[in-house]
Amino acid sequence: MDAIALLIAAALLAGTPLALAGLGLLINERAGVLNLGAEGMMLVAAVAGFATALSTGSDLLAFAAGAAAGAALALCFGALVIWLNTNQYATGLAVSLFGYGFSAFVGVAYVGKKLAERPPFDLPGLGAIPVLGPALFRQHWMVYATMVLTAAMIWYLYKSRSGLVLRAIGESPESAHALGYKVRLIRLAAVCVGGALCGVAGAFLSVVYAPLWVEGLTAGRGWIALALTTFATWRPIRVLLGAYLFGGVTMLQFALQGEGVQIASQFLAMLPYIATIVVLALISRNAAFIRVNMPASLGKPFHPGT
Amino acid sequence: MNHLHRRAALRFAGVATLLAAAALTGCGKKEEAPPPAPAPAAEPAPPPKPEPLKAAWVYVGPVGDAGWTFAHDQGRKAVEAEFGDKVVTTFVEKVPEGADAERVIRDLASQGNKIIFATSFGFMEQMVKVAAEFPDVKFEHATGYKMSENMGIYDAKFYEDAYMAGVIAGSVTKTNTLGFVASFPIPEVLRNINAFTLGAQSVNPKVKTKVVWVNTWFDPPKEGDAAQSLINGGADVLLQNTDSSAVLQTAEKNGKHAFGWDSDMSAVAPNAHLASCVVDWGGYYKKTVKDVMDGTWKSERTVWGVKEGQNMLASISDTVPEAARTKVAEIKDGMKAGTFEVFTGPIKDNTGKERLAKDVQADQDWKDKVDFYVKGVDGKIPGGN
Repeated sequence: MDAIALLIAAALLAGTPLALAGLGLLINERAGVLNLGAEGMMLVAAVAGFATALSTGSDLLAFAAGAAAGAALALCFGALVIWLNTNQYATGLAVSLFGYGFSAFVGVAYVGKKLAERPPFDLPGLGAIPVLGPALFRQHWMVYATMVLTAAMIWYLYKSRSGLVLRAIGESPESAHALGYKVRLIRLAAVCVGGALCGVAGAFLSVVYAPLWVEGLTAGRGWIALALTTFATWRPIRVLLGAYLFGGVTMLQFALQGEGVQIASQFLAMLPYIATIVVLALISRNAAFIRVNMPASLGKPFHPGT
Repeated sequence: MNHLHRRAALRFAGVATLLAAAALTGCGKKEEAPPPAPAPAAEPAPPPKPEPLKAAWVYVGPVGDAGWTFAHDQGRKAVEAEFGDKVVTTFVEKVPEGADAERVIRDLASQGNKIIFATSFGFMEQMVKVAAEFPDVKFEHATGYKMSENMGIYDAKFYEDAYMAGVIAGSVTKTNTLGFVASFPIPEVLRNINAFTLGAQSVNPKVKTKVVWVNTWFDPPKEGDAAQSLINGGADVLLQNTDSSAVLQTAEKNGKHAFGWDSDMSAVAPNAHLASCVVDWGGYYKKTVKDVMDGTWKSERTVWGVKEGQNMLASISDTVPEAARTKVAEIKDGMKAGTFEVFTGPIKDNTGKERLAKDVQADQDWKDKVDFYVKGVDGKIPGGN
């Protein structure tokens, strides 16, 4: 029982950065912009967050710095693809590569540095409940904040007027433009929010999860978040659950190895990818459903006045 | 007016550029030939100052990885410090194992480097190929097994460190369960797992080792995840064969113990850190560069360890019990004197089969072919039989 509780706790923790980045990319993509630069934004934010945590000792400030760094990089990306209409795929890849190099360059001074000790996280009262306590209630507050954010995003996209506009822009920027909405500004805002969330995810990795800074710390999690968003058919709740599933299977394969289960570790290493793809493909096997959910203008440039 | 102004400005800029260029070339010349006159008079018959020897290093990671590549770069710096202006060193970092490596090694060879070190297993084939093209250049490859006329190989006995770490782990563990975060199932890594376990069993026969493979040399969050799952599974002392300090930091977070690997990591986790298994390549690099200078370099296989001061257990924590410290010191003395060999029979694998007969010391060939877990390690090697 305890082993399962610890596994669940680890899955929630491992899934959180993926979910944060995935939700950020979802906002981007719902507005019709595909940002392949997630990995780069996460890395730059990770080093910004780590530096901030090192000098201030505050997680909150570290996340804020990460968000700012991610948003700043996203702003550059947005200006390029939305106003100059550069190719979204190429620009996103460039952001990713730039972020990798830039974070390594800036981060040299932080390699091998250590963050101050923090008390273990524990929700008062609830953390003491047997099994459920260690499984659910002894997490960093960002884990719960991510769940709240998912709920907020569902409300925003499907219940608020502004969310409706955002989705409309993703479906048909021409129509939204004709109705008088400032398509490019709203897209830029969505890109910046997406960058900020990727930034929080990066800072979470370097400040809470690892917690350390080394070159290439994110090790491909930005790409996983991108894939997750697509497989989750652009639905926030599925992004969250997919992230937990991915985190869970990742931790499960280590736990199985530790227990001496006789399966090749190379096979176990691919399990998280397979499991996530299979489950998300199953729940979204209705092709019409995917078509309905996929933002129709995703990745296409928009020119007002054409 | 405006037009004139601009022309005047242009002319001024042109003159300034010319002046600057003249000044620069002047400076350059001055630097290139410093003592034209006094040299023959002052020193009657000086031996012609030899050209500095050019030595180059090819690294797989960034020098800032605080681990493997960092340690090699410290060795390069030791060469610079030892030979001063008699040597010029260069390095190329973050070279991918593949076609790029061949290009990098060839470039370095054609730039006049006389000795080139490649510090990752995956540079082997590329180096063999380039070495055949440059018979006058000496090549040295770390951790590989292919040699030629002008290409030698060198390695370190990490398992000696791992054994001493095991002695400490066996004395410190309360759950009698050790954890090992392993990279790839190659003999090098299996030797370390086995040595760690044998070391622990030498002081605590009840010890068991659990192994988790991460299939990467470097992915800090994943290394941390693996460490966490080992701790969840009951392990309370961890060692890793991966390149970051994530395992140590995960142990710190959980109030458990672990070791540093490749470099001294005591600062990263002051409470969890028991000792660091460090490697100092400086001695070997200095010797090799000296051999090349003297013209005595030979293509050889060199495996140095504690005896030569290449491997050592550094920064042993104050929390390690006195008995374990003494034992480690004894083993270290034995290794230095050449009387202690980690892999001395009887050694049984974890299926009970005897792999090394009683009182037999393993030879290099045996060590090169380790493909099993010793008794006391849980599980099966991925892809093994």
